[in-house]
Amino acid sequence: MSEKIIDVRNVSKWYGAFRVLTDVNLTVEKGERIVICGPSGSGKSTLIRCFNRLEAHQEGDIVVNGIPLHDKMRNVGEVRKNVGMVFQHFNLFPHMTVLMNCMVGPMWIKGVSQAEARKTALKFLERVRIPEQADKYPVQLSGGQQQRVAIARSLCMQPAVMLFDEPTSALDPEMVSEVLDTMTGLARDGMTMVCVTHEMAFARAVADRVIFMNAGQIVEQGKPDEFFGNPQHERTKLFLSQILKH
Amino acid sequence: MLYPDTVESEVLVHKPWFVAVMFAAIFALFLAFDLTGTSMGELMRPVIGEPLESGLYGRFAIAFVIAVLFCLNIVLIGFASLRVQITIVWLELLLLFLAFFKTFNLSLPFMAEKLPFLITQGLFTTIYVSAISIVIASCIAILGAVAKLSTNGFAYAIASFYTSFFRGLPLLMQVYLIYLGLPQLGFIIDAVPAGILALSLCYGAYMTEIFRSGIQSIDRGQWEASRSIGFGFGITMRKIILPQALPVIIPPTGNQFISMLKDSSLVSVIGVWELMFLARTLGQKSFQHMEMLISAAMLYWGVSICLELIQSRIERHYARSKVR
Repeated sequence: MSEKIIDVRNVSKWYGAFRVLTDVNLTVEKGERIVICGPSGSGKSTLIRCFNRLEAHQEGDIVVNGIPLHDKMRNVGEVRKNVGMVFQHFNLFPHMTVLMNCMVGPMWIKGVSQAEARKTALKFLERVRIPEQADKYPVQLSGGQQQRVAIARSLCMQPAVMLFDEPTSALDPEMVSEVLDTMTGLARDGMTMVCVTHEMAFARAVADRVIFMNAGQIVEQGKPDEFFGNPQHERTKLFLSQILKH
Repeated sequence: MLYPDTVESEVLVHKPWFVAVMFAAIFALFLAFDLTGTSMGELMRPVIGEPLESGLYGRFAIAFVIAVLFCLNIVLIGFASLRVQITIVWLELLLLFLAFFKTFNLSLPFMAEKLPFLITQGLFTTIYVSAISIVIASCIAILGAVAKLSTNGFAYAIASFYTSFFRGLPLLMQVYLIYLGLPQLGFIIDAVPAGILALSLCYGAYMTEIFRSGIQSIDRGQWEASRSIGFGFGITMRKIILPQALPVIIPPTGNQFISMLKDSSLVSVIGVWELMFLARTLGQKSFQHMEMLISAAMLYWGVSICLELIQSRIERHYARSKVR
């Protein structure tokens, strides 16, 4: 019997008069790895930013880890504790060392002691394979290293689900694989993940389910083999032919 | 530093045409004034004879000597390294200033006699009034900046009304309004608290805008990262946003500190015995205004220089996390 981590029902969202999300339904179960792809402006980033309410939805329900997301600040805080997020531009805190970046979450949210937080931080920095950079500042690291630190920072909160918002889009080609390797490692260890990405090879290798979005709607979803081997929808075929052309 | 262009260019002050133009300009300028009656004429006595009778020849000789000295000086400085250049030019300007003050024939014993009181009473009051005001103004500024950035209509309206009002009135008028106006409402207020209140409110308004722009200069992504970890507004502001905004906020705030130090002289109009007040009153009895004004000016300048040094030190401190 599987357990629902994210449950999205009939969600719609508007920016002013412009409808970004139209009637989206999606469930993510524990341990599931989901890749969301689609053309730019299709609402995929907006959708996952709704999962920890960096964006507010106007219609429908989102339930994360059993907690419904609505305007009550209390619920939002509870949800964010359980949801890790990795951004396209890393968004590390530049005035703190790498180690502090990883320690502040547990220390200030969960009230963990400094020694304890340090131990956790080093453990996860080890896991993303950069423990030797712990005392440097983010600007001293390469893009790939920064993104791995960002992953470690999220992991330190020991979230129930990790959201990745185009984690490799801002990286040099050489550095993409080190981040994808880290993410693949996470997936192997059974982390529940939702990734917005254009890395189709990663999707093929890691995803349990690939979701294709267009114009704010989920157009098609399926296992990677079916999705890439036999896309049903015209728009999906067009997108895949564009992206796999090179 | 401006962006240092790597294309080598010749030193401007070593180009012959530039030196020639400079020489001609200085020569013409000093030829236009009759300096034979000044101490410059006295210095030239061996060459031009009795200065007052030397006539056109004297004027010509003096202007020529000044122009030669000036150009030689500039050309020589052009050879020195940057640091030496800065030091020499500073010292020369300072010397010119001293020479200027010397022409007032100031009574040094009078200055020496009054200086201790000017410092213990005047400078002390000036510094403690501005120090307290700057602390209060900073607190107001943080609150004001948060209010101006909030989506709460009340907070925004109050903050923008406040900044508009206190930036829109002359500080001198605010000092009068608070000192003379508050008693109308039943609050009898002493001169010193009234002065501090006026300075804090006025500078709080300016600094609100500085803090607001500093906070706004921080990338949205920092807010998103902080909030997505689960930090509330308070922690995000105090631990994530403000520390990053400080390097942006500090240079203009240092400006405000220095400006505040000098604007505290405005509270002298309500009878606070600060530096400006004493400078005017101490010299009055014996008509030695200039002595006291110049002493006070030097004291203001000295404290300002200290503040400048502190500011540049803090800026250097915050520049560290930006070094690659």
